[in-house]
Amino acid sequence: MTSLRPSVLPRVRSHPLVAAGPGLWTSIAVLAFFAIAAFAPGALASHGPTALDLDHSLQGPSFSHWFGTDESGRDLYSRIIYGTRESLAIGVGATAVSISIALLLGSIAGLAGRFVAGTVNRIIEVLFSFPTLLLALLLVAVLGPSMITQIVAVGVGTAPGYARIIRGQILSAKNSGYVEAAVALGHSRWRIVRAHLVPNAVRPLVAIIALSIGQSIVWASSLAFIGLGVAPPSSEWGALLDAGRTYVTQAGWLIIVPGLVIVALALAATTLGKHIQNVLEKGEK
Amino acid sequence: MTDTLSVDRVAKATDTVPLLVVSGLSVAFSRGGVQHPVVSDLSFELPRGACVAIVGESGSGKSVTARTLVGLTGAHSVVSSRRLLLDGEDISDLSPRAWREIRGRRIGFILQDALVSLDPLRPVGKEIEEALRLHGWGTRSSRRRKVIELLDSVGVPLPEQRAKQRPDELSGGLRQRALIASALALDPELIIADEPTTALDVTVQAQVLALLEETKRRGVSLVLISHDLSVVAQLADTILVMKGGHIVEQGDARQVLEHPRHDYTRSLIAAVPSEETRGRRLGPDFPALAAPHPEQIAEELRDSSGPVLEAIGLVKSFPTPGGGSQRAVSDLSFSLARGETLGIVGESGSGKSTTGRIALALTSPDAGVVRLLGQDWSSLSEPKRRRLRSRISVVYQDPLGSFDPRWNAERILLDAVPEDAYPTSDRKRARVRELAAQVGLPEELLSRFPLQLSGGQRQRISIARALAPSPSVIVLDEAVSALDVSIQAQILDLLAELQKQLGVSYLFISHDLGVISHLSDRVLVMTDGVVVEEGTVEQIFHSPRHPYTRQLVGSLPSLDHPPIRR
Repeated sequence: MTSLRPSVLPRVRSHPLVAAGPGLWTSIAVLAFFAIAAFAPGALASHGPTALDLDHSLQGPSFSHWFGTDESGRDLYSRIIYGTRESLAIGVGATAVSISIALLLGSIAGLAGRFVAGTVNRIIEVLFSFPTLLLALLLVAVLGPSMITQIVAVGVGTAPGYARIIRGQILSAKNSGYVEAAVALGHSRWRIVRAHLVPNAVRPLVAIIALSIGQSIVWASSLAFIGLGVAPPSSEWGALLDAGRTYVTQAGWLIIVPGLVIVALALAATTLGKHIQNVLEKGEK
Repeated sequence: MTDTLSVDRVAKATDTVPLLVVSGLSVAFSRGGVQHPVVSDLSFELPRGACVAIVGESGSGKSVTARTLVGLTGAHSVVSSRRLLLDGEDISDLSPRAWREIRGRRIGFILQDALVSLDPLRPVGKEIEEALRLHGWGTRSSRRRKVIELLDSVGVPLPEQRAKQRPDELSGGLRQRALIASALALDPELIIADEPTTALDVTVQAQVLALLEETKRRGVSLVLISHDLSVVAQLADTILVMKGGHIVEQGDARQVLEHPRHDYTRSLIAAVPSEETRGRRLGPDFPALAAPHPEQIAEELRDSSGPVLEAIGLVKSFPTPGGGSQRAVSDLSFSLARGETLGIVGESGSGKSTTGRIALALTSPDAGVVRLLGQDWSSLSEPKRRRLRSRISVVYQDPLGSFDPRWNAERILLDAVPEDAYPTSDRKRARVRELAAQVGLPEELLSRFPLQLSGGQRQRISIARALAPSPSVIVLDEAVSALDVSIQAQILDLLAELQKQLGVSYLFISHDLGVISHLSDRVLVMTDGVVVEEGTVEQIFHSPRHPYTRQLVGSLPSLDHPPIRR
């Protein structure tokens, strides 16, 4: 009654997408669209990203300009498409920075001897106690605004949270029955770290990475919105937000549409991440 | 319909109508549009003041039956019956509201785990009061008095103080009593108890059983659900044996226990380990085992004289949250000879598992030494100890937790095969197949992951892993405690057979006296970290000298002894 019948399990495990709902499929479609936009923007855009048309500035959404035009008459839809590459690069880059730092700090905090682990853990906690945006702002202030700065700033800003997750994973694997069983078998410390601790700690990262890409884009946009992002005429999404701010009363779409696009991408990445997490957990339970 | 009416009339006329009539009860769960039957065609009658016991192993449908009888079968279930009568009234098609009226007032429900069943944030007294309040019983102050009375009546000492405590501040036995008190609060005519003593120590179990018997004597009827035939033997007038949702045998308790007619009942009774079953197989035969220890290790084993494992004056304390420290083990000594099984029996908190961990050098003692094959063991540093680790291995109660969830059975076993004795990957694989054969695990299961295996299969892998380095000693820490009785019988048989063939010694740690007496040569009885008695199984079970041993042995329910009264 309480135990699952063994015959049920292989079916559940074999095909995670079978159970996927429309939400997941929509997310995958959204991500696929942005992937194309990033690699071949020309295929999706209707205009050039910097094609000026001063006769048609600040026009609302219409058939010829789906998302309207900005103060210089540039087509907003096309600018968003061309901005995808930079925005995604910031999301993926910041995640890479963030996860790398987190892996390093989290592993040391989970594996090292008491003194080193304790020190690193304090450092993680101090960093964690800073609001993410404040930490990122400090870095931008020091390094000056640019895309690389944005990547580093967001990466460093979000790393402490992930470091804590990784440390927790390692600690729970360390206290598990299978690690004790490996100690009882006489396996060396290094062998246990390699065979059990690292793989079990890294497994949930797949889900975290997907979640983090969406999050990073949102953080990066926040930086850009207050003018600490990529300089114009770049059409990175955060930069679009910043540029549209001046015309918010006359041309609200200049802010609303890029905002919705950021939300759509973050939502799609998060949905996919959650799904991956569910599938992984089902495998364990 | 006419059936119900006629029963009603008989009820008024003679008053001998059974309190509960169940006829043709079937329960199915629908999953993905398909119905999976869980209980099929169950029928029984329960007279007033009697006890009917439903016995079966996991998945037999006994708990679903219990829940159905209180209207808690749950969503996605399809319940059907020819008749379901409580005191002559049809209860087969009640609304949830009508069930709420019946539950608590007319039927009390006791679950296995009081810690889960009681609200963790509420004092137990409030919890019981709530049951009274919901049914509109008395006034606030009379309810308070009633709660104290109830707690007192179920044998809770200092009931006024206990009523103010939360479940986590009470011991397992007191929690279970509080749960029983809340089930008894409104004087129900019927109590349904689902594994009421399974999570309890034997001495506490004996007290709870005595309490249930007392309740029954007061005229309350009892439906007792249990996997444990010896518990059932203490209380039941009628026994139903369930397997796979079907009743395989049903009848008078004595009759079923002493002259079982169905093969399954017979195998269940035969599978109960006890002192009388020592040296005997509990389950049916399985083919002879292959593959002894590799030659040079077997020789080592034969040549070594003296104890394989020896502990002298072990002491271990753990810090307590208050800043003090608690002795888990005090001045413990034992020795384990080659091919011998030393049983360590004790209740929760007795220090038996700590002893096992010290023997395995997973915890170091504060004082005292452990010698393995005559060599220092507990005092070595971990890197030096590793060389000797292959001489001692362990089987845990929960095999699932001791396996890396990412690995299949073959990978788990390959990981345990020592490099130096089996240097090539071909020889390692051959050894894994040999081990699987040795523990009776079909080779095709090796590709499965732990989650895809049954409890018994997992424990076989666990034993195979323990055998992989060809050890001299295996520590079995509650190794069969989580298994169904028929699977437990198979694993006990396997352990006995392996010992005969390989000459391996067992340090066998368990709370279960039956299992201990079945497998052990000598027994240590532990309580509060101290060994109170040591002796052969005969001495411990027939002429126990220490009062605690006497209490423990006396609490042991058995198929043919009436329980010890408190």
